[in-house]
Amino acid sequence: MTEITPELVRHLAGLARIEVTEAEVAQFASQLALIVDSVATVKAVASQDIVATSHPIPMANVFREDVVTASLTQEQALSGAADSDSGRFKVSAILDED
Amino acid sequence: MELLSKSASELASMLVKKEISSVELTKAQLDNIDKLNPKINSYLTVTHELALSQAKQVDDQRAKGESLPALAGVPIAVKDNLATIGIATTAGSKILQGWVPPYDATVVKKILANKMPILGKTNLDEFAMGSSTENSAYGPSLNPWDLTRTPGGSGGGSSSAVASMQAPLAIGSDTGGSIRFPAAVTGTVGVKPTYGAVSRYGLIALGSSLDQVGPVTRNVMDAAMLQDAIAGHDPMDATSLPESLGSMTEAAKNDSVKGLRIGIIKELTGEGFQKGVSEKFNEALEVLVAAGAEIVEVSCPSFQYAIAAYYLIQPAEASSNLARFDSVRFGLRVMPEGAATVEKVMSATREAGFGPEVKRRIILGTYALSSGYYDAYYGSAQKVRTLIQADLAKAFEKADVLVSPTAPTTAFKLGEKQEDPLAMYLNDIATIPANLAGIPGMSLPVGLAKEDNLPVGAQFLAPAREDARLYKVGAVLEKLLEAKWSKKMMDFAPELKVN
Repeated sequence: MTEITPELVRHLAGLARIEVTEAEVAQFASQLALIVDSVATVKAVASQDIVATSHPIPMANVFREDVVTASLTQEQALSGAADSDSGRFKVSAILDED
Repeated sequence: MELLSKSASELASMLVKKEISSVELTKAQLDNIDKLNPKINSYLTVTHELALSQAKQVDDQRAKGESLPALAGVPIAVKDNLATIGIATTAGSKILQGWVPPYDATVVKKILANKMPILGKTNLDEFAMGSSTENSAYGPSLNPWDLTRTPGGSGGGSSSAVASMQAPLAIGSDTGGSIRFPAAVTGTVGVKPTYGAVSRYGLIALGSSLDQVGPVTRNVMDAAMLQDAIAGHDPMDATSLPESLGSMTEAAKNDSVKGLRIGIIKELTGEGFQKGVSEKFNEALEVLVAAGAEIVEVSCPSFQYAIAAYYLIQPAEASSNLARFDSVRFGLRVMPEGAATVEKVMSATREAGFGPEVKRRIILGTYALSSGYYDAYYGSAQKVRTLIQADLAKAFEKADVLVSPTAPTTAFKLGEKQEDPLAMYLNDIATIPANLAGIPGMSLPVGLAKEDNLPVGAQFLAPAREDARLYKVGAVLEKLLEAKWSKKMMDFAPELKVN
């Protein structure tokens, strides 16, 4: 059984920028342990010399012509923002005060 | 009601003959939605005014004798993970509640160009993560065949709408079976085209290397016409196929399966499948054999790793895709108490805005991608993809199309699997390989399971870019089954009692 500790869940949730309650930590730890055990069966092929497939239909270097086309206006781009100021997205302080 | 149970192709021809106007049809359709939707919850947003104004426009154009696309005037429902200008788009999540996109998904643009009135946006599991719609932040949709059961997921809004005559056509998206599983459990037709056949631009991304938009309909011809309407190269989607796959509408006119080699996938039959599902599946095969098709058995041993690989790749891609919900550019912003940095605002927003399954998958994906685990999990899962493609390539040497039941069971009860993520994931055992390999798949109704009188779906798979084969075999099987039953699949559906 893979051990998914509460600390690991807190760490992963932190990396994913999701606050989690203690109840969620406990629940996710036990559920993720089961899920990770189940998906770990893929390790059976880990050592085999097989090329990895990241994309199902091979394509490379997909470009379009370098032509300027219509795009969203500044107003449209900001239309879904929680807050904006002078045509820019507005957020809280990036750094802690201390 | 008789009007609303007609197929989209029949409706299109009535519109051409001016036996009915698009306004009359759209109005009747909206009336039925107003009656049924409060109970079934297929739609998260109903766009009465928009639909009627579009219908009026197409009627006016027709009156002037303008030449119109094949499905002009036939209304359609759109899954709520496709961006629509001026119409709220939630992806079934609280984090996008009230978001009104400033752009249209390419598929939506195509629907508008095809002059199809948009009835509204359909329910889904949050960000399309689920097999039942129970993960929707706006409550589950119900299965019209039995209101205590799921219409499947993630596209249960679209499947239940089409199955309950709340729309003749709908758009779905399929990452691991979200079009085909709902189709199977509601007696409808659902197609996941070849990866890249339909643009993903404006589809709120779940697993970018797996997602594909496709048709949800009540028969094969309707699905073909809809795929023709929405497919095609899109410079806005770098994974969009540059070449045309030909006319699916023409393929759906096929009337013979003589000599067609149909491969039964050994790993997707027998054990683990509900008895009534296997029975109906086998009956469908007998019908095809009687019509001259040849059955061969194929083996895809790597399918045993498919679900495992999928639940690494998809959460990994989702964890990255959903990073965009950061409380800055769109959607919810939750301010924690006291002085807050942007990072704290982000974390509080994502805590409040995401439901449990989305959090679970983001955390799982973050785990799979973290250093020290990456090679063992994500790297191996990508190797499995290669193995599955190799198995399929070999199988398609022996067979023109492959077949299996679409799902192991008929529709399950709402609540039955909600507390057990692993049990929920198993619904997609037969559908996931197509997404991992990028190939097209169709779910077609093949009757009702004896033990519960609920719809059973058969899934056909074809090689990448050979979507036409699905429509060729699907059209013939549908016709043969309807002749055998002397009615259509939907004629078996129980009368819907709401209130």
